[in-house]
Amino acid sequence: MNNIKGYVSRWRVAFAAIVACLAVVLIPQSSTAEYADVVINNYADAAGMRPAVFPHWYHRIRFRCKVCHADLGFKFKAGGNKITMAKIIDGQFCGACHNGEISWSVENCGMCHSGIPGTPTSIHGSTIQRLVAPTYKSLPSDTKK
Amino acid sequence: MKRISYAIYCALFCFGIMSMSQLWAAEEGASKKSMELKQVKGEEGKVSTANVFNRLLKKDKARNLPPPEDGVHDADNEGTHVLQPPLIAYEGLPKTDFGNYVDWVQALQKGYLNPRYDRVDPTVEPLVMDLDIVREVKASVPDVVFPHKPHTQWLHCSNCHPAIFIPQKNANQINMSAILLGQKCGVCHGKVSFPITTLSCKKCHSKPKPDNWKPPLSSASVKNPWR
Repeated sequence: MNNIKGYVSRWRVAFAAIVACLAVVLIPQSSTAEYADVVINNYADAAGMRPAVFPHWYHRIRFRCKVCHADLGFKFKAGGNKITMAKIIDGQFCGACHNGEISWSVENCGMCHSGIPGTPTSIHGSTIQRLVAPTYKSLPSDTKK
Repeated sequence: MKRISYAIYCALFCFGIMSMSQLWAAEEGASKKSMELKQVKGEEGKVSTANVFNRLLKKDKARNLPPPEDGVHDADNEGTHVLQPPLIAYEGLPKTDFGNYVDWVQALQKGYLNPRYDRVDPTVEPLVMDLDIVREVKASVPDVVFPHKPHTQWLHCSNCHPAIFIPQKNANQINMSAILLGQKCGVCHGKVSFPITTLSCKKCHSKPKPDNWKPPLSSASVKNPWR
């Protein structure tokens, strides 16, 4: 009797192992995020928040590039704008629209801060990401500026 | 102790079986494909199933996945599930084979989209300039035609001039290495606007070379003492 019991539990363990293996195989290996989705993780992780994810596609359906990149002063560089919540609440950067008037306001934390914790600042699907193995290596000329 | 080691053996064994079965499934899929490509008649069993096209080609990634499945958004976060899935938004928009798989320029020009040019006022019209700049390319690929029109429909002059491009003829040194590394055109192209793939070369390199064009001889050929 005892022997049979032991046998059954072993198979349970084996079943658990199979489930674990399936999980490993089925979990997506690399990200398939939308082209030009920007993960911004300058300060978020250190502050115990999920990194912010900015979807370019959603915004370009509603605004032309000029509105953010000329009028609002967003630089053409992922993570290069040093955006903080204080600035956003002050009406700068995202806060120019995410103020409860043009778009939903900043109390919806999880809608921006929705990235997987620990994801580095990067722009998804970029050519440089495809060609160079590590995400977003800055050029020496970028650090000089 | 014995039980734990048994479990580990089991896990390893299962993993082995899983990967084997995956490989086997891939082979089977490939052989089906080869059957499609060329209908083998008769003694199939004697012919290797390894002779297929694109054995090492990367599989197509799933396109335009909803945020919880895209590998960047955290599915455990409530807000992630409130976000709009891209495919809903892309319905009816012209398609391409790269980037978001949407032709944003065509979508704008055909009037499928009318994004604001001003943060608050939807009636502000963009300052459009219709001027094509032809840049001759040293290599044998077609010359580059830069159209100001689609760029000014989306952007303002100050976005590019003078920081990225000096608005003066022959003042800008541009090459593909710089672009691929994210400079000049590469500030946007390859990141947010259409990416640099072999499918998109012709979007910029669009003006065929004149009929009498010959590739310039390299100095090594010209100065070769043995000629």
